[in-house]
Amino acid sequence: MVSLTETQKKARRSRSKAIGFALAALVVIFYVATIVKFGPAILNRPM
Amino acid sequence: MALVDENRLDDQAFRMSEATAGDFFALLKPRVMSLVVFTAIVGLAAAPGSMNPLIGAIAILCIAIGAGASGALNMWYDADIDAIMKRTAKRPVPSGRVQPGEALSFGLVLSVLSVMTLGVLVNWLSAALLAFTIFFYAVIYTMWLKRWTPQNIVIGGAAGSFPPMIGWAAATGSISLESVILFAIIFLWTPPHFWALALFKSDDYQRAGIPMMPNVAGEASTRLQIFVYSLIVAPVGVLPWVLGYTSAFYGIAALLLGAGFVWYAWKVYRMPDSDRVMKPAKALFGYSLVYLATIFSLYLVDAVVERFLTAGGI
Repeated sequence: MVSLTETQKKARRSRSKAIGFALAALVVIFYVATIVKFGPAILNRPM
Repeated sequence: MALVDENRLDDQAFRMSEATAGDFFALLKPRVMSLVVFTAIVGLAAAPGSMNPLIGAIAILCIAIGAGASGALNMWYDADIDAIMKRTAKRPVPSGRVQPGEALSFGLVLSVLSVMTLGVLVNWLSAALLAFTIFFYAVIYTMWLKRWTPQNIVIGGAAGSFPPMIGWAAATGSISLESVILFAIIFLWTPPHFWALALFKSDDYQRAGIPMMPNVAGEASTRLQIFVYSLIVAPVGVLPWVLGYTSAFYGIAALLLGAGFVWYAWKVYRMPDSDRVMKPAKALFGYSLVYLATIFSLYLVDAVVERFLTAGGI
């Protein structure tokens, strides 16, 4: 069992937050870019 | 079982990282990145045609991340010499906060991510240019030129010169003479800028065994070369006006800024060998930053105003 020191815990929390933020930003970027590139036509497709 | 766990804890390979998000951000060389972002914005905004601002922002973000990734790869490879130089000893890898393998993975992942995102969401020409820039900085400059030749920053300067061209390519999907001139301004500005720094930091570079021009060719030769480059970069800075890409507002300002560059370089050239304080070299280093920032700001203002006037039909 590995028990982390306070410094290690703090550093891991900081990295986790940054990774979470980066992944969320990536989702937003691709979502926005998709809407911008396709425009309203994204909803206009044969069913 | 307890013994095995204990052994694992003592093993350096299993040491839990103490690197914070800030340490990883420092790997991206944020100060260098800010110049990259700015010149890329100028290239993107000055390019003809219209680009969706959101796609433009994504392009700039990708260029910034790509530049940062090459910085991380540079810090991974150069950790040994960074540890020797005062200016770089506190960087995340030589100070031990980030493990070399972490910096390498971080740089590689961000390189691939930034290039692929730029390619998929903007266009593949700009993505290819970004990929080449990362390769040029990390492999050609960092791994090869930097430790081999005093021309390291002359040729390696190309890596820092590409961002406006990538911005232009992101906006237009092409490369034009105008964007090549923006490239040339940074490319020719790099040697006098870095050699001014190398003059008053030569002891640091000497200790690290990096063949910077003052350590190899001597200070007198470096001072002369700085002056010669200033004589080339000053007129190239005016070229956009001469070729009709900008108004006289930019042209005259660039002329005056260029004259200032030559003047500061002349003071460096006239600096006596006995001068160890090297105020003229420090002044040129500071002025060169102002020169580049101002000339690109003026270029941006000129392009935006011209577009505004054209759109307004004035």
